[in-house]
Amino acid sequence: MSLGTFLIMRHELLLIAAALLVLIAEIFWNPDKKRSISLFSIILFGIITIAGFLPSPAGSLFGGMYVSTGTTLLMKNILNIGVLLVFIQSVTWLKKEENSEKISEYFLLLISTLAGMDFMISAGHFLMFYIGIELATIPIAALAAYDRYKNKSAEAGIKLILSSALSSGILLYGLSMIYGTTGTLYFSEVATHFGNTNLQILGFIFFFAGMAFKISIVPFHLWTADVYEGSPVNITSYLSVISKGAALFILIIILFTVFPIIIATWQKTIFVTSVLTMTIGNLFAIRQQNLKRFLAFSSISQAGYILLGFIGGNQLGMASVIYYVLVYIFSNLGAFGVVIAISNATGKENMDDYNGLYHTNPKLSLIMTLALFSLAGIPPVAGFFGKFFLFTAAAQKGFYLLVLIAVLNTIISLFYYLLIVKAMFINKSEMPIEKFRSDFPTRFALGICVAGIVATGFASIIFEVIKNLSFGV
Amino acid sequence: MDILSLFVVIPVLTITAILLLKDTRQVRLVSAFGMGLQLLMAASLVFLYLTARHAGNTDEMLFIKDYLWFKSLNIHYAVGVDGISVAMISLTSLVVFAGIFASWEVEYLRKEFFVSLILLATGVFGFFISIDLFTMFLFYELAVIPMYLLIGIWGTGPKEYSAMKLTLMLMGGSALLLVGLLGIYFNSSPNANQLTFNILEISKVVIPLPAQRLFFPLTFVGFGVLGALFPFHTWSPDGHASAPTAVSMLHAGVLMKLGGYGAFRVAIFLMPEAAHELSWIFIILTSISVVYGAFGAIAQKDLKYINAYSSVSHCGLVLFAVLMMNQTAMNGAIIQMISHGLMTALFFALIGMLYGRTHTRMINEMGGLMKVIPFLSVCYVIAGLASLGLPGLSGFVAEMTIFVGAFQHPELFYRIVTILAVSSIVITAVYILRVVAILLLGPTTNEHFEHLPDAKWFEKISVVTLIGSVAAIGLAPYWLSTMIGTSLHPVIEKIIALNPF
Repeated sequence: MSLGTFLIMRHELLLIAAALLVLIAEIFWNPDKKRSISLFSIILFGIITIAGFLPSPAGSLFGGMYVSTGTTLLMKNILNIGVLLVFIQSVTWLKKEENSEKISEYFLLLISTLAGMDFMISAGHFLMFYIGIELATIPIAALAAYDRYKNKSAEAGIKLILSSALSSGILLYGLSMIYGTTGTLYFSEVATHFGNTNLQILGFIFFFAGMAFKISIVPFHLWTADVYEGSPVNITSYLSVISKGAALFILIIILFTVFPIIIATWQKTIFVTSVLTMTIGNLFAIRQQNLKRFLAFSSISQAGYILLGFIGGNQLGMASVIYYVLVYIFSNLGAFGVVIAISNATGKENMDDYNGLYHTNPKLSLIMTLALFSLAGIPPVAGFFGKFFLFTAAAQKGFYLLVLIAVLNTIISLFYYLLIVKAMFINKSEMPIEKFRSDFPTRFALGICVAGIVATGFASIIFEVIKNLSFGV
Repeated sequence: MDILSLFVVIPVLTITAILLLKDTRQVRLVSAFGMGLQLLMAASLVFLYLTARHAGNTDEMLFIKDYLWFKSLNIHYAVGVDGISVAMISLTSLVVFAGIFASWEVEYLRKEFFVSLILLATGVFGFFISIDLFTMFLFYELAVIPMYLLIGIWGTGPKEYSAMKLTLMLMGGSALLLVGLLGIYFNSSPNANQLTFNILEISKVVIPLPAQRLFFPLTFVGFGVLGALFPFHTWSPDGHASAPTAVSMLHAGVLMKLGGYGAFRVAIFLMPEAAHELSWIFIILTSISVVYGAFGAIAQKDLKYINAYSSVSHCGLVLFAVLMMNQTAMNGAIIQMISHGLMTALFFALIGMLYGRTHTRMINEMGGLMKVIPFLSVCYVIAGLASLGLPGLSGFVAEMTIFVGAFQHPELFYRIVTILAVSSIVITAVYILRVVAILLLGPTTNEHFEHLPDAKWFEKISVVTLIGSVAAIGLAPYWLSTMIGTSLHPVIEKIIALNPF
């Protein structure tokens, strides 16, 4: 294996190098200037994001355990954009007194978990896949418990690590059954040896259950609300967007490349879980008052919609999933960006606190409205296009009933998104949140999100590029 | 820049101009200027269209412009108009123009109000110029969301409830419509050519009948929700009553016509076989709309609710006529859309002006206003006479055409429903004349209202434009009816093949 082939792993190598540089910086940096580690990390990560877009050869390493294709590169680039936005949004929060001692740990852990997700996406062997998942999960659990002085944060961390451990165990059990019946763990070889025996289907179900945990599909979603509520807001936004997106990416790759033989089985599974997820996510979101929990349930139902892209097993399906994750990154990080800005300035996270926000902070209200409309799928923002393509992909293979259920669910979700719009624009308040001006990083990140929300729909080239890199069963 | 896309570009530019203004007093002038420009554009479009037709152009749609948008799904931004679209665009520009003047005195968050109003208009104009189903759907949904803000922020009464109910029900219609559109798309090329969203191309193929039977009801009901099809009309009374004046004008006058137009242009034009088979179900529902809406109006005491139920009845008549599927009835349907659009906009404008003076909409609290505010009262009487179909005003032309067309079917079923629908004329007369009597005639009943100011200049502009148009169509409907008639040919040819009536 020469240096040239080793550099196929460019993404992950850069991430590991960045992690090491942040660690070294932590040791040698002047203690008074600790806050500029944020800037240093963001610049490093910006370089990584840009380097990701440079053309890279496809290939495989370690005997086929690590595979890099155009599709996986696209997925990693999309995740990079999201993580860059999360980084920029975290700067203000990290400047606070209680966080100022552990700035570099924050970036280090986030980079590690992203590296894990990248390994997971590029897996060509179930063992590499599992290593990636574990590398992604453990730092996130530490990050969920980041707020040392809040009980809820510690609770979130414990819940996340324990339920992750359980689901990873189930996942491994499924993998062991797959290994037992096919004699191999390489993706391509499992695909050819897989059949329809009961034990294999059972293995698949356990595997799917383990993945469903990471995507927060009903009925494996019970950890989501509490963990999202307890974690610091930035980690919540990371979990809801990047972690979910990465798991969706690898799941669609595995379903399309490893398990096409049992497509009839997993179509049924996805039909049922999709309907359950959309409906339960929407119904529970209606009652939420805390914005973090609210966005948690909203993101559960979004995962339900994304499953519509899976069900057809077609190229359009994969394209719509990847496209929707990109749109979802901009929309959800936009919504979270507003929540973060308000939380940093005032510490308030409840929907009632947002009453009358338009009169004091009109721009923030408008950004939140745009982000919510994108999540709801209202034109002319990108979320409309994303949802439309997902529904088209499902309709292409004749799943009209599922599309009907999905569009009826968008009405329910529109209801609760409008509740926030109502609070900001229509409800009157004695003491609305005071006018404040966020600092540059927050505004910059929100600006990128708004640009993404508005432009991604109309610029058809984005969708065309994604579709060319997708494949079907 | 093609002439049709200007109808979308001008409102967007107006919105941008409004957003950049610092002084709220100029907002109204900029809006009036922008929408006045739009009105002039619409007039010149009518002129250009008629000239082109006169010169012998017999294409189905004129001024077509087509830009490829999403290559892999064959989605285009495609625009084009025929006589019917031209008529609807003229209606919209008239009503929007009148609506701007009817909202002249909005004070609270004035900038945001006019931006939302013009955004609503953008969606409607975009819908009428599109001939690609994706673009149509995009503009259709775009038109729904500003309604929530307009009713929820500037409305009266239970405005949050009405706004939410309206938005969710209309989105429900869009939801069904989306499934229908996807069904049409995936069945748009039985010969394994490329799938398409373009209406003209789809109309040339016959969509397989089983698919039609599934997707026609979905599409028709999807548009019907907006067009006040019973039993999906329940958003309408509360929505119209709680909305501010200009919004009610736009909504009842124009948005409900989106439903009728869509039902005609998409559901029936593209799936005539299923329409023919299943029309009886929807004819029953629309007849119920027509009669029930009229009866509902009799029972109301609030002016806006009366008008809202009246709109349900008249818009139901549009769908009723469209389902009759012959030349005369469909011609009548389009004229009814325009006539009712103008008329109801006029009504809501007048009600808004009355409310601004008396601060009540309950008819038993007002009385004998003819002596106090003669200009507005006379206009109200004219509007009422148009609504009940007095010859000389546009309501008569539309309703007569519809009923003659409907009666052309010899089967008993059609004759019965036509008779039922005709009975709505009488019921309409009851509630219109009753309101006129209680509200306007006789001695003044409330001494607080004895010294109300009559119409101001901007109110007069608003009202006179609309009355002028209603009278013009009533007295000289020929030019409108021929413009529509020639454009109906492609649809009628498709339908004649199935059923000679």
